[in-house]
Amino acid sequence: MKLRLANPGHVIDINPIEPELNYIRQEGNEIRIGALTRHVNMLESDLLARTFPDIFREAEAVLADPVVRNRGTMGGSLCQSDPAEDLSGVVVALKGKAVLRGPGGAERVVEMDEFHIGPYMTAVGPTEMLIEVRFPIHPGFGGAHEKVERRAGDFAIVAASAALSIQGGTIQTAGVACSAVGPTTMHIKRAEEALVGKAPSEELFQQAGQMASADCSPNSDGRGPADYKRAVAGVLTQRALSRAAATALR
Amino acid sequence: MLVSISINGQVYSHDVEPRLLLVHFIREYAELHGTHWGCDTSNCGICIVLMDDPQSDQPPYPVKSCTMLAAMAQGYEITTVEGMAKPDGTLDPIQMGFHEMHALQCGFCTPGMMSTGRWLIERHPNPTQMTDHEIRDGISGNLCRCTGYDNIIKAIRWAAAYIEEHPESARTAR
Repeated sequence: MKLRLANPGHVIDINPIEPELNYIRQEGNEIRIGALTRHVNMLESDLLARTFPDIFREAEAVLADPVVRNRGTMGGSLCQSDPAEDLSGVVVALKGKAVLRGPGGAERVVEMDEFHIGPYMTAVGPTEMLIEVRFPIHPGFGGAHEKVERRAGDFAIVAASAALSIQGGTIQTAGVACSAVGPTTMHIKRAEEALVGKAPSEELFQQAGQMASADCSPNSDGRGPADYKRAVAGVLTQRALSRAAATALR
Repeated sequence: MLVSISINGQVYSHDVEPRLLLVHFIREYAELHGTHWGCDTSNCGICIVLMDDPQSDQPPYPVKSCTMLAAMAQGYEITTVEGMAKPDGTLDPIQMGFHEMHALQCGFCTPGMMSTGRWLIERHPNPTQMTDHEIRDGISGNLCRCTGYDNIIKAIRWAAAYIEEHPESARTAR
């Protein structure tokens, strides 16, 4: 609003319902995070660190600064739909699903590919709000978040989020997302398809990195020229996958 | 709209534009000019004040007052730099630390820096053992363009040691 990007007629402060919407809990084979869960809560959550080592902690530790993390929330990060934001990459890589609630309590569940429809634009309707994000749990999980930034706490020049589950020496599920290299958080599906069913190896991760580099669509701006960002996206994707695999096999 | 905010233990009620930011309420309506207004985009940390939720048992925590509407601060206790010292004028340990360690030059970042520093000490289980990395990371949302941060880190350490020696000084004045 301060940047005159939005000019709403009404603004409703939802902070008073924080006790209902600030939670991180396991239900069945899912982790559920309430929309008003603060960044500091996700950074310090043992349940998230245990279930998704260590993708949340790595992303939250480089997301803005401790003072901003005291107030900023899961829902705020996703609904701002800033393509350079860190947590959105994590949610895309983990195949999170957004739960939207509308009038009369009607709920619908939206995949991240449908949730972010453009810069600062989401699938949330005018009478809906995001209330929760759900993440499937996979055994043998390892994740990582890599970021290159101009200075501590800044938005990314490029960031990459990687999520793998490895069992019996084979990659069972893979999630790859890159931030700040396109109109929305970039979901690198081609890399995911190339990873699943294979044995983890540095050569495979390099190929996945090359796919990320090819499939993202960065702009040249104050944070660097497009070809530079493309190269960084590839390197960070490879690094994140490599560390995710090491964590999964730990 | 009518907004009532408790700042340093005193309630200020004013009819303001709904879009008024907390930092401007503090400076222009409560007329407390110790809280500064810097980048206006949550980067610099100049406008940081301490916010206390009376419903919560957490210690007061720092927020960037340029990124909150004044209306959102109703029901919270706000502490600005003017409210740090005790009513008898005794400085808060963090203020003493900044004085003793010469942790400011132009002083523009100092109120925000002290608010964050106060919180770092209060939330750490063993404040005198804070590493340089923990302090540097903790104040990474506060920019200082004069000091190079070294003396600020020393000042936070000084305050942590002072509080350990003088436990009665441990809580921020309300």
